[in-house]
Amino acid sequence: MNSQHDDVIAVDSAVPAEVSELDKKSRREKIYTRAIEGRFQRLRLYTGWPLLLGYFLLPWLMWDGREAILFDLPARKFHILSLTLWPQDLILLAFILIIAAFTLFTVTALWGRLWCGYTCPQTVWTAIFMYIEQRFEGSRNQRIKLDQEPMSWRKLRKKTLKHCGWGLVAAFTGLTFVSYFVPARQLLPDLLTFSADLGAASFVLLFSAATYLNAGYLREKVCTDMCPYARFQSVMFDKNTLVVTYDTDRGEPRGSRKRFASKESHQGDCIDCELCVQVCPTGIDIRDGLQYECIGCALCIDACDSVMEKMGSPKGLVGYASENALAGQKTTGIPPKILGYIAALLVMLALFTSSLFNRSLVDISVSRDRGQLYLPAAGGLIDNVFEIRVTNRSDEVATYRIEAVGITGASILGEESITVLGGELFELGVRLRADPSNLPFPGTPVLFRAVSIHHEAIYAEAESRFIRPAL
Amino acid sequence: MSNFWSGWIILLTVAQLVATLWILLGNRKKPAEEIKTTGHKYDGLEELDTPLPTWWVYMFVSTIVWSVGYLALYPGMGSYQGLLGWTSTGQYEARVAKAEDQYRAMRDRYLALPVEEIAFEPKVRKMGRRLFGNNCAQCHGSDAYGAHGFPNLADNDWLYGGSPEAIKATLIHGRQAAMPAWQAILGDAGIDEATQYVLSLNAREADPAKAAKGAGHFQAYCAACHGTDGKGNQLMGAPNLTNGIWLYGGTADQIAHTLRNGRNGKMPAFNETLTEDKIHILTAWVYGLSRSSTVTATAANL
Repeated sequence: MNSQHDDVIAVDSAVPAEVSELDKKSRREKIYTRAIEGRFQRLRLYTGWPLLLGYFLLPWLMWDGREAILFDLPARKFHILSLTLWPQDLILLAFILIIAAFTLFTVTALWGRLWCGYTCPQTVWTAIFMYIEQRFEGSRNQRIKLDQEPMSWRKLRKKTLKHCGWGLVAAFTGLTFVSYFVPARQLLPDLLTFSADLGAASFVLLFSAATYLNAGYLREKVCTDMCPYARFQSVMFDKNTLVVTYDTDRGEPRGSRKRFASKESHQGDCIDCELCVQVCPTGIDIRDGLQYECIGCALCIDACDSVMEKMGSPKGLVGYASENALAGQKTTGIPPKILGYIAALLVMLALFTSSLFNRSLVDISVSRDRGQLYLPAAGGLIDNVFEIRVTNRSDEVATYRIEAVGITGASILGEESITVLGGELFELGVRLRADPSNLPFPGTPVLFRAVSIHHEAIYAEAESRFIRPAL
Repeated sequence: MSNFWSGWIILLTVAQLVATLWILLGNRKKPAEEIKTTGHKYDGLEELDTPLPTWWVYMFVSTIVWSVGYLALYPGMGSYQGLLGWTSTGQYEARVAKAEDQYRAMRDRYLALPVEEIAFEPKVRKMGRRLFGNNCAQCHGSDAYGAHGFPNLADNDWLYGGSPEAIKATLIHGRQAAMPAWQAILGDAGIDEATQYVLSLNAREADPAKAAKGAGHFQAYCAACHGTDGKGNQLMGAPNLTNGIWLYGGTADQIAHTLRNGRNGKMPAFNETLTEDKIHILTAWVYGLSRSSTVTATAANL
């Protein structure tokens, strides 16, 4: 261990400094994963299903006569349940992304790559595709044999069925994704009758094809070669981070032996069955130590546990453990880095909540009429004409009172209250009349205000200038 | 674009494509058994010298193939127009035509209905307001209350009549007002007397003696258009001079100026700018302005 970097796992002790095995592969070798069952795989099912169901079913949920979640890009409106977000609310999206990032950092620092192993769509969809593959082509050994066989009717049938299955899942994934932008109830019938909008249809095709390629072919390459998180997650790790590890002290020296055969004194618990390598979706050997390719899916834990059970040895030769726990050291307190992550997370959550609830439900913008700078009116008064745009950002019809503040005795001619439908923009010409003696400057600032007549707290202001001739 | 510059652009484009292809294929290495390194070593990390993955090379080549097809179909090679004949103007016009088709159907539904019936439809008010903002507000103001020389459209005082037919005729054909200049005929004294009479018509302070003389001038020269009672004539667009509403200002000086020099108000014809359905909706919007319950007639500009 490198004593200079106590808080960081010294990677060079785990991975040799020279070029690693994976990098040396100039051609990628196809990974045939072996299916395995176990408590962590059950856990992955329990976390995966609700997320999947949510993803596939949410576009069908209705709310007040429209889709509950709809990102309406042409109208520049995002509907999330009763909430409607406008382009001006983009800052909220930034907050959400920052919150997501800090949640990820905190979780990673504490429990390692939970995101990768349990919730990342790449992992989940790869698992679905592997399941389909196994259903139609059989177990790991059967698949390896099948791929080496010359083409036959049997092989063609199995391959066709697999690709049909993949295609079906991919098509539904693409369709569902686009359904968040185009109402599903309109998109699905349109697609089935070949009358869908070309843009929407192309995007369904694009996302389906991307799903098919990602989960069917690219698989672990996305994690090892493309994903930025995989590359930088190690900076969040410390010696207390839970990672999937092989207990070297207990396992080594490895060696095969018969079931329930009492091992010789010099032998470790590892029987070198390589099951942990065969089940690994990224094709690594966990016994080589912590590697950035490891997505923390715990398949090797379940594989090893099943073997240990058969061998009559205690489980957990491969398991979730922190470096400190393995070394038998106790964890002392929460490190400042994690406290920092949590603090940043809390601050962002507070900012997000307050901006969400304090965002204005009405917008106003004012522009001066370009035709005339000012107009003389009866009694030596001066008129200025403004164009006012009031946007009702709520979902309900609202009536607003238009006020002009800042000039003594100034009055609005004509309409002083407007009714705007939910989510609509209302344009209004407003003529303001003022006494020149109340106008201290050639361009006197004037504040236009739209106040909801039902909720005085809902209002918006915009400044403009009232222009008068030289006195 | 001159032939030289056209040729220059073609040369640059082709040279760049060829150079890219050469860099890509000329530097291509076969996947070696042994992994080479560039010899750079930092903190125990070595920089590898692996060839580009095959799929990457193919993707690169396919972009070059794509560019050849693209340059054949679209204008990219100097002044060559491309096989598809695509232009940005053409694309713009196609989109405008598409939008027109889309909204035309909606407006045509209103075209079939009389102005009085649709004047207060919220949709018509919204569309009308937009049309007004784009075509009329420059002169009549965003609020349609007019300006010096441009009539208020919301006060129910009409120069050429406020019936749907009259408003529509104004929009389609425009109006050309012609108030002659009377300086040469009336002279300075006559202009002053006529001014005093017009003031008296509005029950405003006027010199009675001058006003009496002015009445004579009025009956002789003005009554033909403005009527013997000065209440105007909508057939000729002659304004009512008795209601305190002044298109060109109502001070004695401004009235005298109008008398002396005449006025030539012009409302442009919109039959070539706007389609029939748009004019119909605009008519309904203007018609509704002075009749809507929320719009109150306001004091005129003096």
